[in-house]
Amino acid sequence: MTLNEQSRQTTSSPLVKRGLAEMLKGGVIMDVVNAEQAKIAEDAGAVAVMALERVPADIRAQGGVARMSDPDMIEQIMKTVSIPVMAKSRIGHFVEAQILESLKVDYIDESEVLSPADYVNHIDKWKFGVPFVCGATNLGEALRRITEGAAMIRSKGEAGTGDVSEATKHIRTIRAEIAALSAKTKDELYVAAKELQAPYDLVCEVAASGKLPVVLFVAGGVATPADAAMMMQLGADGVFVGSGIFKSGNPAQRAAAIVKATTFYNDPSVIAAASRGLGEAMVGINVSDLPAPHRLSERGW
Amino acid sequence: MALPIGVLALQGDFREHAATLDHIGVQHRLVRTVEELESVAGLIIPGGESTTIQKLATMFGLFEPISEKIRNGLPVFGTCAGLILIADRLLDGIEGQSTFGGLDVTVRRNAFGHQSDSFEIDLDFAGLDTPVHAAFIRAPIIESVGPNAVALATLPDGRIVAAGQGNLLGISFHPEVTGEHRIHRLFADLVKRAI
Repeated sequence: MTLNEQSRQTTSSPLVKRGLAEMLKGGVIMDVVNAEQAKIAEDAGAVAVMALERVPADIRAQGGVARMSDPDMIEQIMKTVSIPVMAKSRIGHFVEAQILESLKVDYIDESEVLSPADYVNHIDKWKFGVPFVCGATNLGEALRRITEGAAMIRSKGEAGTGDVSEATKHIRTIRAEIAALSAKTKDELYVAAKELQAPYDLVCEVAASGKLPVVLFVAGGVATPADAAMMMQLGADGVFVGSGIFKSGNPAQRAAAIVKATTFYNDPSVIAAASRGLGEAMVGINVSDLPAPHRLSERGW
Repeated sequence: MALPIGVLALQGDFREHAATLDHIGVQHRLVRTVEELESVAGLIIPGGESTTIQKLATMFGLFEPISEKIRNGLPVFGTCAGLILIADRLLDGIEGQSTFGGLDVTVRRNAFGHQSDSFEIDLDFAGLDTPVHAAFIRAPIIESVGPNAVALATLPDGRIVAAGQGNLLGISFHPEVTGEHRIHRLFADLVKRAI
């Protein structure tokens, strides 16, 4: 956080960092690998795009170490669209994050979709002016990321599968753990903080407010308008759609349909209309068929 | 009984606006359909992504009805993306982006640059006796105010960030996220007078 005395302006404050995520609520953030896809996403009504070299389905198929994208490619996307652009760094790779900050991306995703660079520490996100979004599979993980400075949380799901079951599990887990916390008496919160492996003050804040202090999106396996609407009904503030759009038969139409269903998540007739004639969805992989080492959601802690 | 104030709930921080109205004890309802639009005495257009809100409004047949309501005098309060959407003229919009219009101003979208240039500041606001704490998040600015509108707040460098005209109020920043309730109160009073 910096204060410019002359203009009395404060930049990069927690309020400003978390505030951008507040403005994305009720929206769809789409993975794009080039300027052309970014344009399609913007035209379909995406609230932001995630610039990356390979969508998770391809990272999964091709294997190897997945790293931050080429700055040229990220900049090209930033030049093409006017909506916020996010980009991914590896977990713990603070230099990739420094590079992304120097490119002036609007949000950095410290992401388990890429290969972790540090199996002990995540990035100290307080050091950065640019806000971070981080993945979480449960409340403790979400609170640890917020403690490190994350300004937005997305539940992890299982990226690149088109199987929404893990996303469902993670959002349900986080919501249930928050509800359980709210039901505890004050003297029970000490042990709750210990069990969640999260700071006591933050645990008390969540218990009192009944929600995370930052915006919570869902990611990982969302492929259809119905998937997106279900995540919203389960309490998500918005959705990330990765491989689900550009690995499908008709990306522009599917993207717009998911945007519609995310807004009208409580109106089955709108979701039904949005689901018609979309062509082929991404083929997908069942998470239960994935051997444990290939489950991305188990990266990060 | 007086009709509630509507909060356009297509995308963005509409819940924060609803919570602010709760805080000052003003009845409200979320608006996503033409029927819901028919049942409100005023409309708040929240912060969010202006391109997304405009596309959703068009897809669901709200675009023309909202424009028409504004022309017929419906009180409307827009913050950030909401300001963009009620401006008569828009700079740096995407191809094909249009606005509901009504407020005689020229607005530049995302005028401060990237997220790293977002900021907080205290500003004087016409009609309020102490400064408001304002958060600018990838915010637009009002490049010029036409003869029908008046500027209500400016940055220290003189750039205009709030304007009003009749029943319309448009501001670049987000009172709904900084706990500032007085501008919503001003709007609620405006709605009361319009009935």
